[in-house]
Amino acid sequence: MNDFSDIKLSRRELLIAGALSASATVVPGLARAQDAGADVGSETTVNATISFHVNGQLHELNLDTRTTLLDALREHLHLNGTKKGCDHGQCGACTVIVDGRRINSCLSLTVMQQGARITTIEGLGTPDRLHPMQAAFIKHDGYQCGYCTPGQICSAVSVLQEIKQGIPSHVSASLTEHPQVSAEEIRERMSGNICRCGAYSNIIDAITEVAGRTL
Amino acid sequence: MRAFTYQRANTPAEAAAIALRTPGAKFIAGGTNLLDLMKLEIETPTQLIDLNGLALDKIEATSDGGLRIGAMVRNVDLAADMRVRRDYGVLSRALLAGASAQLRNMATTAGNLLQRTRCPYFYDTNQACNKRIPGSGCAAVGGFSRQHAIIGVSDACIATHPSDMAVAMRVLDAEVETVRPDGTMRAIPIALFHRLPGNTPHIENALELGELITAVKLPAPVGGKHSYRKVRDRSSYAFALISVAAIIQPNGTGRLALGGVAHKPWRVEAAEQAMPGAPATVVERLLAGAEPTAENAFKITLAHRTLGAVLANAQKD
Repeated sequence: MNDFSDIKLSRRELLIAGALSASATVVPGLARAQDAGADVGSETTVNATISFHVNGQLHELNLDTRTTLLDALREHLHLNGTKKGCDHGQCGACTVIVDGRRINSCLSLTVMQQGARITTIEGLGTPDRLHPMQAAFIKHDGYQCGYCTPGQICSAVSVLQEIKQGIPSHVSASLTEHPQVSAEEIRERMSGNICRCGAYSNIIDAITEVAGRTL
Repeated sequence: MRAFTYQRANTPAEAAAIALRTPGAKFIAGGTNLLDLMKLEIETPTQLIDLNGLALDKIEATSDGGLRIGAMVRNVDLAADMRVRRDYGVLSRALLAGASAQLRNMATTAGNLLQRTRCPYFYDTNQACNKRIPGSGCAAVGGFSRQHAIIGVSDACIATHPSDMAVAMRVLDAEVETVRPDGTMRAIPIALFHRLPGNTPHIENALELGELITAVKLPAPVGGKHSYRKVRDRSSYAFALISVAAIIQPNGTGRLALGGVAHKPWRVEAAEQAMPGAPATVVERLLAGAEPTAENAFKITLAHRTLGAVLANAQKD
């Protein structure tokens, strides 16, 4: 078994892990405790310490292993730009960029992000120095209520990166040729980000403009 | 979500051994399906064994001209691999038709095979579901069943397997490579990997307790025209009503499998013997013995039309 020195086990966690591996008979007791205890019960809480970079800054957190990356960003690091929509990977409001790739932060455990480099909307640009994609969303009215916007923008930045890297999509006519920017490609590649206000056509305009500048 | 301990293993065999000796343990790979189900307490592991450090993320050429795809290869990396795009286009197309880009960036090859059904009664813990609680009954039978299976069903379960990738793997005759807790390895043909529901719909595949998928192996390319046609309620980011994975040779023979119709990717070799031939004959053989509900009988018509379109397309250029 790996000590996994990056993860510092709490005494409580060591006790549970030790009990689990020492004897199977302990497990029903643990299971009962969980059935009886609410999720918040400190009796069954297991913590772990992990560290990762967010927007260039190193953070070390001691968290319940259940904490999603989304909750770590919002509740523990108070980076509230990343939004919780459905919390089940269906809406895309929680999209952040981890090690250069966009993911749904609601469907990732923080404990699995040891050493990761994470970029959130706060790291893409600031009110004084907007990312070109942020500026384009403002120029083209690529939002109405704004709730999905941080996820839309993180996704949009990644879409252009993915096309640049030559990753094909469902609508790419050829699998072997380098994909091109088109409204159809952008629509398909942005389908994991839902906008309840329906700002889609303006979002496509914003992304198309940035693509014209950067690709 | 229930509390759980978290650990990593040094080797796949060690991970399998830990899983065997730790009741309630589960492997976690991309986590996109497992974590969703843990939030709903449909999955309640007491320990998660993280596979991300096991170096199972390579795509390698095999000595027989095929590819060995590591269990932890992300869906995006598999879809974008130039060897896959060139020689196994049906696989790239199936992967790109599934989920969203964010999910494909996390989801893995093995996790995709092992994902659970999206039957709404499986997800609703207030409803009876033999898959969730064996013996509790099936609320989908007699319920809203438009999305459900039409063939290979049982009184206990009419759920479908939701994967697109697995349907492509089925026409490619892939093999699932595993390691058991005692360190021995085996290869399971994809045709035998997923099970029909029968009376035990909670047992979804051939894996033994603790057994871990290490790779999926593809035989040497078979040529032909590859396509994956998915019909769904919206044009992106939705599960299939019907999908057709096809490899059609210039002489009109070929391989076909359907998604969205059964508890596993649905391929009938006897149907392929009717090729080249009338698409209607092929579909009749593919779906012989179908038992649709009143709400999903349309899938038979849809199968005829979709397969007809796939075969017509294959004739072009």
